[in-house]
Amino acid sequence: MKGTIENRDSFLRNIAKKLHHEPGENVALPEWNNQPQWDVYKGYSRDQLVEVMKKACESVHTRVYETDSEHLADCLEQVIVAYGAGSIVATNDKRFSDFGLESVLKKNQVYTWNISEGHKNIERAAQANIGLSICDIMLAESATAGLFHDKDKARSVSLLPVTSIVIVPESLIVPRITQAMQKVEEKVKAGEAISTYINFISGPSNSADIEMRLVVGVHGPVKVAYIIVRDK
Amino acid sequence: MTIKIGNRPFFERVDEAIHDSFMVNAVSSAQDGLRDRKLQATVGDHTLGDWEIWRNAGEEIRSHTLNHLDFYLKKLSDQFAARGGHVFFAQTAEEARDYVKRIVKEKKAKNIVKAKSMVTEEIGLNDALKEEGCDVLETDLAEFILQTDRDKPSHIVVPSVHKNREQIRNAFRKLGYTGSDEPKELAGFARKTLRSKFLNADVGITGCNFAVADTGSICLVTNEGNANMVTTFPKTQITVMGMERLVPSWKELDILVTLLCRSSVGQRLTTYVTDITPGDQSETVDSPKDFHLVIVDAGRSKALGTEFQSALHCIRCAACINVCPVYRHIGGHAYGSIYPGPIGAVLSPILGGYKEYGKLPYASSLCAACTEACPVRIPLHELLIKHRQKYVEGGGKPPAGEKIAMKGFGIGASSPFLFKAGMKIAPIILKPLVHDGAITKGPGPMKPWTGGRDLPAPSKENFREWFKNRKKTEGISTHGKGMGESV
Repeated sequence: MKGTIENRDSFLRNIAKKLHHEPGENVALPEWNNQPQWDVYKGYSRDQLVEVMKKACESVHTRVYETDSEHLADCLEQVIVAYGAGSIVATNDKRFSDFGLESVLKKNQVYTWNISEGHKNIERAAQANIGLSICDIMLAESATAGLFHDKDKARSVSLLPVTSIVIVPESLIVPRITQAMQKVEEKVKAGEAISTYINFISGPSNSADIEMRLVVGVHGPVKVAYIIVRDK
Repeated sequence: MTIKIGNRPFFERVDEAIHDSFMVNAVSSAQDGLRDRKLQATVGDHTLGDWEIWRNAGEEIRSHTLNHLDFYLKKLSDQFAARGGHVFFAQTAEEARDYVKRIVKEKKAKNIVKAKSMVTEEIGLNDALKEEGCDVLETDLAEFILQTDRDKPSHIVVPSVHKNREQIRNAFRKLGYTGSDEPKELAGFARKTLRSKFLNADVGITGCNFAVADTGSICLVTNEGNANMVTTFPKTQITVMGMERLVPSWKELDILVTLLCRSSVGQRLTTYVTDITPGDQSETVDSPKDFHLVIVDAGRSKALGTEFQSALHCIRCAACINVCPVYRHIGGHAYGSIYPGPIGAVLSPILGGYKEYGKLPYASSLCAACTEACPVRIPLHELLIKHRQKYVEGGGKPPAGEKIAMKGFGIGASSPFLFKAGMKIAPIILKPLVHDGAITKGPGPMKPWTGGRDLPAPSKENFREWFKNRKKTEGISTHGKGMGESV
């Protein structure tokens, strides 16, 4: 699989000329003098990071529930009811069964993303009241769920339904976006493929475009809830 | 050049703006709110450590990247294409428009949804696509409002800041809206109206906050979720980026996303920070199958290698706009460019030339609040002074009337006879305009001055006469001693 590049040579030659150097120079990325990102919440324990995350949730209009692996199914059931149940879609993520959630999904007639069903998946998500996902990383500083989407962990699930419920394995909580970027960098350096759609989502969609008044719930979900699971 | 808004001269635009009390109040209130939020999220957030170090980091990254722009653009395009994407380098706005039109034709696309993008405003993409018979829909709430009301942006981050809720309600009525002017209800109408448009669009067009050279990725920083819709449901995605909007790797993306979110809207991260990389989507149901990246110069390279290069460090956070006392009083449209405020006054003359935008660098009190606010330390007020220097040195090609007036003044001021005669005649000529020792309503070239303050009337006794008379009165010789010497 290879794409195309048009008009590049003259474009870059012009830039090199303006910058007074020869085209095709090789540049090494410098060691930056200023790297304040590593000092944010440095040395924080997991419990401290959970507290940071919970506090940040208040600013992003997101409710937090806490449980452990053993009680996750019950907790999820309660949260589903609290948000009005109804039609529910979930990503096709092996971790739902790892957490022993099949029975809750079955009981609530949750539709699990299935690529063989094609466009029907999107229709189901667009009609759904709740979308269920499990995050791939959680950024404590901003209460941000990092979702590394693929064909099964579909984008639509956390985007189209009215409510997005995200399960947050506690072991995936990191201080901030710095650690998420580091994770991606490590994959790149190891020559591994990265997700084609990495989404960092902090609460429900919102806008302050009308007289600077905050409206929560614009095009994406209107409500977001996190369930933190003490998993290790 | 479509950064241009309106055709009237600068002073006329300013005159209209300062008398628009709703706009002035809305702008100042938005400025206060955004500035306070920024301060809380930057210098006021102790968890970040020293905000100045973050600014240093931003400056360091932007400076390095722009100094090696060709290298990083090559890397970006190599990576993007290696993963299956298509890259087009557009030297001009026209080339960028033509490429997008070509793709749209190839796809036989009719319905196009767009996420907010200043660069697509800049290249006039919407009109070009409409000419091709496409239905082009802006989906960011502010841009949707402006498109519905056929208006132009007046702020980089909050483009509809100049409009009030009644105006927005009236605009939505054109689309069949029957509700109140409550922001929540208005936003709900936009959600309902646009949902089916997203799901049925053929092409999605976005701008680009940052591209990552290392992996050929595009990062979008948004709040409403519309950009995610635009990059999820249409079969084709086209991203248009200003050529300077890239970072070397994900490590630098971290710093710049942090600076942008906190400086623009005072959020730790915006609701959506979305990183999209081309790849095999043959099995994916909710993803475009084709991904195009249009990299636009459109005048930017004129700043490279010059004293204005740092203007290209801009990350479009609008922090400079939110502290500018001039923007506060005249709003965005008075600048006559889609890029208003201090960064607009620096950038517009670079992109659009001095003939059109040479007056903009004078729309500043040079208080340097913009420079202080900039998260990547662009010395904005110094660049404004440099523009002024170049403008008066001839770069501006001033109008013939101004040239003749300056030439006339030059002749008059260099001839003692003419100078003295002028000093004598001035009070007589201006007498009809003088009231209580001042000119309050001057005609022609005096108008812009007297519109804002009184012009003291020329005294009948000029300085030389006063000095001579004083010496006479006090019995001091006016000859033989230089100024400053003791007597």
